[in-house]
Amino acid sequence: MSNGDMTPERRAQYWKATGGLMWFVLAIWFLASFVVHFFAPSLNAIVIFGFPLGFYIAAQGSLIVFVVLIFWFAARQNRIDEKFDVAED
Amino acid sequence: MAMKGDFVSNLGRIYGTYTGGFIGFVVLLAILEQVGVPNRVIGYLFVAMTIGVYAAIGYLSRTMQVSEYYVAGRKVPAFYNGMATAADWMSAASFIGMAGTLYALGYDGLAFVLGWTGGYVLVAVLIAPYLRKFGAYTVPDFLGARYGGDFARTIGIVVLFCCSFTYIVAQVTGTGIIASRFLDIPFGVAVFVGLVGILVCSMLGGMRAVTWTQVAQYIVLIIAYLVPVVMLSAKLTGVPIPQIMYGDILQRITELEQTKPALAGAKAHTVPFSTYDPLNYFALIACLMIGTASLPHVLMRFFTTPSVRDARKSVGWALLFIFILYFTAPAYAAFAKFEIYQNVIGAQIAALPEWVSIYSGIGLVTIADANADGILQFAEFTIHPDVVVIATPEIAGLPYVVAGLVAAGGLAAALSTADGLLLAIANALSHDVYYRMIDPQASTARRLTVARALLVVVAIMAAMVASTRPAGILAMVAWAFSLAAAGLFPALVMGVWWNRTTKEGAVAGMLVGFGVTLFYLVATRYGGMGEWFGVRNISAATFGLPLGFLTIWVVSLMTPAPSKEMQDFIDNLRTPRGGTMMEEKAV
Repeated sequence: MSNGDMTPERRAQYWKATGGLMWFVLAIWFLASFVVHFFAPSLNAIVIFGFPLGFYIAAQGSLIVFVVLIFWFAARQNRIDEKFDVAED
Repeated sequence: MAMKGDFVSNLGRIYGTYTGGFIGFVVLLAILEQVGVPNRVIGYLFVAMTIGVYAAIGYLSRTMQVSEYYVAGRKVPAFYNGMATAADWMSAASFIGMAGTLYALGYDGLAFVLGWTGGYVLVAVLIAPYLRKFGAYTVPDFLGARYGGDFARTIGIVVLFCCSFTYIVAQVTGTGIIASRFLDIPFGVAVFVGLVGILVCSMLGGMRAVTWTQVAQYIVLIIAYLVPVVMLSAKLTGVPIPQIMYGDILQRITELEQTKPALAGAKAHTVPFSTYDPLNYFALIACLMIGTASLPHVLMRFFTTPSVRDARKSVGWALLFIFILYFTAPAYAAFAKFEIYQNVIGAQIAALPEWVSIYSGIGLVTIADANADGILQFAEFTIHPDVVVIATPEIAGLPYVVAGLVAAGGLAAALSTADGLLLAIANALSHDVYYRMIDPQASTARRLTVARALLVVVAIMAAMVASTRPAGILAMVAWAFSLAAAGLFPALVMGVWWNRTTKEGAVAGMLVGFGVTLFYLVATRYGGMGEWFGVRNISAATFGLPLGFLTIWVVSLMTPAPSKEMQDFIDNLRTPRGGTMMEEKAV
């Protein structure tokens, strides 16, 4: 039932690729969740369509990043799964 | 007449028709209002019709199969599971309370917008695909399997119960408030109307019924949330896209804040860190996000997708559907604030807009002319946060039918969340406590009977607690996020991502994380203990969460590595191919 045909080396490579993607996604998540908002007071000096930029990023910008990031992650992880032949049929 | 296999392939047509039917129903009520049908009748029709539809879906989705009851047969497509998750997630507090919080806190309130969305990235990457691969029915089920034994499972159940029960009491209270206002019945009775609304969706069909009613409830709540603010935006700015047009309104709010003398003392709406200092702002975001990624009623929605691949994509859909409401909430807050700053504060108290007198009549707005000059000053005006969403139809001068629509939306939000929580609690009791720990030989029929009986018992307990309007419990809802984050997140994440995690490590880490967080919450709120480093009570997991991770790491390294079987288990968990690992025995 489980993937008995996968060698330990291959399995380790797969998990390394998956882990690499995980850290990359979490880094972007961390930037959009925390780092960028440290600069909100200065970003607010820039105004676009009436929105102070720091406010806009917290109210919409970061949220859009989260949505796009998850869909991108899902597609990327699928490609890794297919490359290592562990995707579901 | 139960739904047959082709139901899933017809979902688009079914929910498309349903959406059209709902819009037609609203238009019909609007016409009835114009020809003179009283408001009260319209309120009744809204509540009866929507609950009736949910009940019909609940009845049609009844099932006698265990896997249908616990995980909807794992047949829910990613897109629809996303909608169901969005309804599951967005509670009465999101629907009615969020805009009010943003009104009151301005920029700092955005911690809630960020905190209640970003956690889904963690769900998608760290947890959901692996729990789906395992094939768990509940979150404690996974803990029991990964950390070999009933001890880890039991701690999981305790954490789950602590964070979900207070939360469900708040939802039942929400349904009671809405039902009592629109049906004009006493709160104590309305709570039990809400209880019926919750049970008809879940009792006969478990997860399957809750899934398909949640999709229906999402459609109602999102229409109800968008319609008033879109119309208000069109009225104020000429463009019916509130999410873009409120930028201009923000500028006008800032102008008023700086130039209008009566607004002295008002916090600047777009200026960061005026309520929370940066430490508390970021700690709150972190606790809400990690709490989101640990709340069992959210995680269990991703057990219902057909594949691991769909589980990941489904998180994206869920967040997209949640985003539609959360990026609109700040627009509600801005429009309400502009209306109040422009037309209410600084006005003659004798000549306030009509909506103000409606809400001061029911005590949600208070006006006290402290300096007796006949002019309303900022400090003389208080407004209950819920009014921001509820009063928007009146502020925009919209007919009563729109107010009824908002009530139906709030009811949908509260019911859908209550159903998810109810299933999370009752399933942990029936599957983990009864089936796994008391009677593993129980027959299918007996398991389902026990599951339904526990569902009813938990629902009645929640309604009884809610009917006493326990102020303390409602304040504790915010605790759920910190408790779930510190109690569950480290054990779930490390169980997947670090194969050296031992059961002793996980058990110790859960106890430490949950224990420290609970101690901090209780000691700061009731014990008179001072805050550590000034971190507010609501972000209690700031201490328990890192300590939980640290404990798991240290204790795991001090105890013997997991067995070869457990290494195989983890390898299998990390490999999407090969079907679920925990198969239901043939029925």
